[in-house]
Amino acid sequence: MVDPLLTLSVLTKLNALAGGFFLLTGFGLVAMRQVLASLNLFVLQSILLAASAFFLGYQHDSIHLYAVAGLTLGIKTLLIPRLLRRMISQEIYARREILQVLNIPTSLLIAVGLAIFAYFIASPLLTMGDEPFIKLNLPIGLAGLLLAAYGVMVRREAVPQVIGILAMENGAFFAGIAVAPGLPMIAELAAAFDVLIIAIVMGLLTRRIHERVGTTAVGRMTSLKEE
Amino acid sequence: MELIYILGIPAVAAGLSLIPMGRKWAPAITILGTLAGLFLSWRIATQTARGMEVVAVPNWISCDGFGALILLLVAFVGFTAAVFSWSYIDKIVAADNVAKIRRYYARYNLFLLSMLAVPAFSQVALVWIAIELTTLLSVFLVSFENTFEALEAAWKYVVLTCMGAAFALLGILLLYWGMGNSGPGSFTWSGLVAAAGRIPPPILQVAFLFILVGFGTKVGLVPLHTWLPDAHSQAPSPVCALLSGVETTTVLYALLRLLPILKKAPSIHGEDWFVVFGLVSVGVASFLLIQVKDYKRLFAFSTVEHMGIILVAAGLGGTAANYGAACQIVSHALTKSFCFFAAGSTLLVVGSRDIAAVRGLIRTSPLAAVALLVGGLAIAGAPPFAVFLSEFSILKAGLTNGQYLPAVLLALFIIIAFCGILFPINRMVFGNPIGNSAPQKPATTTILALVFAAVPVFLLGSYVPETIHELLRLAAFSLGR
Repeated sequence: MVDPLLTLSVLTKLNALAGGFFLLTGFGLVAMRQVLASLNLFVLQSILLAASAFFLGYQHDSIHLYAVAGLTLGIKTLLIPRLLRRMISQEIYARREILQVLNIPTSLLIAVGLAIFAYFIASPLLTMGDEPFIKLNLPIGLAGLLLAAYGVMVRREAVPQVIGILAMENGAFFAGIAVAPGLPMIAELAAAFDVLIIAIVMGLLTRRIHERVGTTAVGRMTSLKEE
Repeated sequence: MELIYILGIPAVAAGLSLIPMGRKWAPAITILGTLAGLFLSWRIATQTARGMEVVAVPNWISCDGFGALILLLVAFVGFTAAVFSWSYIDKIVAADNVAKIRRYYARYNLFLLSMLAVPAFSQVALVWIAIELTTLLSVFLVSFENTFEALEAAWKYVVLTCMGAAFALLGILLLYWGMGNSGPGSFTWSGLVAAAGRIPPPILQVAFLFILVGFGTKVGLVPLHTWLPDAHSQAPSPVCALLSGVETTTVLYALLRLLPILKKAPSIHGEDWFVVFGLVSVGVASFLLIQVKDYKRLFAFSTVEHMGIILVAAGLGGTAANYGAACQIVSHALTKSFCFFAAGSTLLVVGSRDIAAVRGLIRTSPLAAVALLVGGLAIAGAPPFAVFLSEFSILKAGLTNGQYLPAVLLALFIIIAFCGILFPINRMVFGNPIGNSAPQKPATTTILALVFAAVPVFLLGSYVPETIHELLRLAAFSLGR
């Protein structure tokens, strides 16, 4: 028999490792200059999310969390990248720098600020439970959410914005698997397919913008505004 | 069982719309489907008005008085907008492009389905998914005309509201955590109210702020409103009626459902957040209204204003203000959809969204002109229309409660918005016509849709049917004391 305390400590450390890398990919998404690299980072981040869900599932002995891990792997690391590559291949393989409002060093400084802010928001909540997973996943998930939101706001092109929104969902789920492991299965299934619909809808819209306007630099589309 | 049918009918209608059977098939199916939906939701309304809860699947799909009110509104506007679509979509789509008409009606039905699902679901995580789907299923309706501006509007719409949805998702997961901490209970609106006193206030506070920001984006609260005037002006007019009239309302409904939970934890000051966000929205929208140059944007900004008014009314609290908030939800949804039908008929006659391009509409198209005038007066809050009554009751409740500052500010902003809406409409309707466009005969379905939509706008200004009154009372009650 394996000592349950030892299992817990090993799982906590493995989960902390996944969490640390998850935060790094969050920063990476802000710093990345190329579309394809951003997409690959998103895939890596999704794998880390699935890993964390797997560790938590092992600890809670929860079939739900295994399902989350499986769905994340299937949808976010296989299906969505494949769909995006098929729908908007020109945009993804274009070897040019992503247009940004702020340059990358400034962005990274702001990103550090956001990560600290995430810990600041999460810290009053961490006294609520004594579970080690929540203490790690909640602030990191929150930071992932805020970093990705910042990425969507400064990127001025369609595909990086799609990736940013998908990464925001990753952040929300990274916190969610720790705080709400018992969420009913149907809700989890629906949420997983919801992410898939986001990717399809935004991918199709990007393609249509590309056909109609000739570029996907959505930041330049500013004809609708108040005078 | 009615709830299941209500959700099932639009799904079936969406599938049937795709069958290639000529130009009239899809619109006919859609009108029949929405009519059946309206009939069923009226039955649910009469049942819930007696104080019962209509349950289809316990803890998952059920509907109380507040939910039935929203369900009825969505079904009604869904029906009138389907009637209005008949000739509108026929005119804007090229004669040989029948497939585009089929796609429109399939998307229309799916969008309607997602909006009906919001009040029909009682499980909070599913409500979040339904709200997210209202965005995703309406994106291609916003970009339907495929112009540069429509695509820009659709992109802003999907990016901003999906960002909001991610924030709201985290908020809802935190809420679930808070409930789990407090012991067993189902994760439904009523389960949350029952467990509210036991949810640790710090968790509730953070969850509330995330949900407020997330759903607030979709409701169009200032400063998260930037996408709303774009999307609500570029979509085809019947879709605008749905977006502005009921889509914002369904999301606001989810936000208002949090109010009784927040009232159990006084340290969070949930009501004050509502009042402040609401007043900022009303104020900014009323000043932006003055300088708008596009008449569909005018009505879109008026939606931001009205969402703010409802939020302020709900935040003021007390039985009278809550009742006013419920009335305002109903009168806004009905009046705003009518306004967009009027704007749509004007657009068909004039061919331009520019306020300056329309003069003396009363000579070229009397029907559109009268509709625009009535819609403008009704939405601005002139007596004897429904909005006047609800705004008046909100202000009166605020003053009798002794909340003078918010009530006076609200009155001031409403007066500014009143002028901002009616001056441009006055210029469009009266004055000397530009050019010499011949008077045009409106389509029968356009007249029908305008008449259907106008009936409650006039009626609720003077007489509220017993069932509706009961539903309003129940809705006000479920906002908490």
